[in-house]
Amino acid sequence: MITVPLAVDVAALKDTTLLNMGIFGLFVAVTMVIVFRASKNNKTAADYYAAGRSFTGSQNGTAIAGDYLSAASFLGITGAIAINGYDGFMYSIGFLVAWLVALLLVAELLRNTGKFTMADVLSFRLKQRPVRIAAAISTLAVCFFYLLAQMAGAGSLISLLLGISDWGGQALVIIVVGALMIMYVLIGGMKGTTWVQIIKAILLIAGAAVMTLWVLAIYGFNLSTLLGAAVETANNPAVLNPGLQYGKTNTSKLDFMSLGLALVLGTAALPHVLMRFYTVPTAKEARKSVVWSIWLIGLFYLFTLVLGYGAAALVGAETIKSAPGGVNSAAPLLAFHLGGPLLLGFISAVAFATILAVVAGLTITAAASFAHDIYASVIAKGKADAATEVKVARRTVVVIGVLAILGGIFANGQNVAFLVALAFAVAASANLPTIIYSLFWRRFTTRGAVWSMYGGLGSAIILIIFSPVVSGAATSMVKDANFAIFPLSNPGIVSIPLAFILGWLGTILDRNKEDSAKQAEMEVRSLTGVGAEKATNH
Amino acid sequence: MGNDAHTPDATASVDFEQVQKTEQFQELRKRHRSFVFPMAVAFLLWYFAYVLLADYAVDFMSTKVWGNINVGLILGLLQFVSTFAITGWYVSYSNRRLDPIAADIRNEIEGHEFDKDGNRVSGANK
Repeated sequence: MITVPLAVDVAALKDTTLLNMGIFGLFVAVTMVIVFRASKNNKTAADYYAAGRSFTGSQNGTAIAGDYLSAASFLGITGAIAINGYDGFMYSIGFLVAWLVALLLVAELLRNTGKFTMADVLSFRLKQRPVRIAAAISTLAVCFFYLLAQMAGAGSLISLLLGISDWGGQALVIIVVGALMIMYVLIGGMKGTTWVQIIKAILLIAGAAVMTLWVLAIYGFNLSTLLGAAVETANNPAVLNPGLQYGKTNTSKLDFMSLGLALVLGTAALPHVLMRFYTVPTAKEARKSVVWSIWLIGLFYLFTLVLGYGAAALVGAETIKSAPGGVNSAAPLLAFHLGGPLLLGFISAVAFATILAVVAGLTITAAASFAHDIYASVIAKGKADAATEVKVARRTVVVIGVLAILGGIFANGQNVAFLVALAFAVAASANLPTIIYSLFWRRFTTRGAVWSMYGGLGSAIILIIFSPVVSGAATSMVKDANFAIFPLSNPGIVSIPLAFILGWLGTILDRNKEDSAKQAEMEVRSLTGVGAEKATNH
Repeated sequence: MGNDAHTPDATASVDFEQVQKTEQFQELRKRHRSFVFPMAVAFLLWYFAYVLLADYAVDFMSTKVWGNINVGLILGLLQFVSTFAITGWYVSYSNRRLDPIAADIRNEIEGHEFDKDGNRVSGANK
């Protein structure tokens, strides 16, 4: 017999702090040991960035799921469904369908042509310097936006668990999370990071599965009854219908389209997801890993539907909104309601681990891109040896860690899924057109790539700066100013088509032709896997 | 370890333009594109149709079908089903139609290479 407390007493959460910290500490200790063991084989750059290309498809698929199911998916989507009902479900669908773009158009071809980073593929048959620099800059920008979201998630979670709602306390927590993640990446490299992702993915999916079954059990395994209960608690039948959040005005409807576009086109352009394809030995394993991750991620997003409506029914939108951590606290509050302090402790530790692991994955991607694309190829002009390159990568990790900590302190309080959607919009605008064109359009030139990447990146970021996200609304980052001349909070609907047009325009206006031998080489390699980077043996 | 993205020694002397012109490679290219392009267009259209319905056809999406389950929820869950189905379809297509021919071309290049005149040269004579 399941006993369910009548209401969630948010203040009582503080009493369980020690337990939460204990479970979290255990996770950190266990993963640290694994990272130490994994790091023993880190000898070459291929080991550090691409884990020696030694992971199997299913291991890598689980790690991709671990990388992808970030705090945005767990805390953000659950919160969005709990409060905005059906409109929150849109995130789940967009985040999942997007994987088909990666599977069909990008993953295998990319694995066959590149080595460590996204820039390897983009600069393959174009002029190395300008394309590499542009690709590295956009990689750093996307990783930065994504890091902001994760750090904001960490802030929300901690403020809920420890009842810390003052700015200084939350900032301290973000600093601790940041320091931990720097340790993981410095010591473990890609191999250590991948193992952390795998463990975390299993814990997260298992934890979400338990909560889902629990919620369903309360409602007799009848989804319709659960939805009915959500309507009853919210006292609003519209939570089951689209439009609660985005259906208010014509502008907000357009914003919904923009979000939908960014979600579906962003995934295949996320540098930290693309980099994971290099950790497997062959393109066939890359395909297998995408298939694995599609199943795991799809399953998880089905859970979020139940968890979101479960939180709406059992905890209630009002309690969630007024709790420290706001909308991002729906999942932990639901866990507390179901299983008391123990389940809350477990779920919070998992959510923490999630943030830590994703931050580690993003950091290593950004560091690899800086060290490999900017330092080794541009600054040292290809003369740096592998050891120096790895040294530079390690230093970059520290710099990025510090930047992420500072950014996270500012982004604190926003819905994590929403912030991640901005990173998706930036990725889809800056990277996707160039990835698609350089793989499939023979005539594509350097000018097209540079125009598309800088145009997409620049327009996306400028539109975000002048959007209600930054100023002019109650939820803006800068509350006291209003320079929001662009009405949509997601820039995708403008910046993504613009980047595609710029790539095409730059190419047809370019009198220079690219090397046709390189084009032939890229096409043959991408489809057949000739000469692809092999696994390293130890 | 070099810093170029693409300098594995084994294929340095391959004339890729010749390989690209072979009938076998053109067939592989055709098979790949004739599957992924129409499929990409199809799932993107289906996805955007869904987003547009959720955005502008709220009444239709809110129609109750069974209990509290409405059209919107069913269409949303169908997006999951179609994603899983296309994934499975692509994997079986690549296993049957793409991998064997790609492996043939790869073995041919890595064993016998094309020199700059388009003649096949055996790997040992390079």
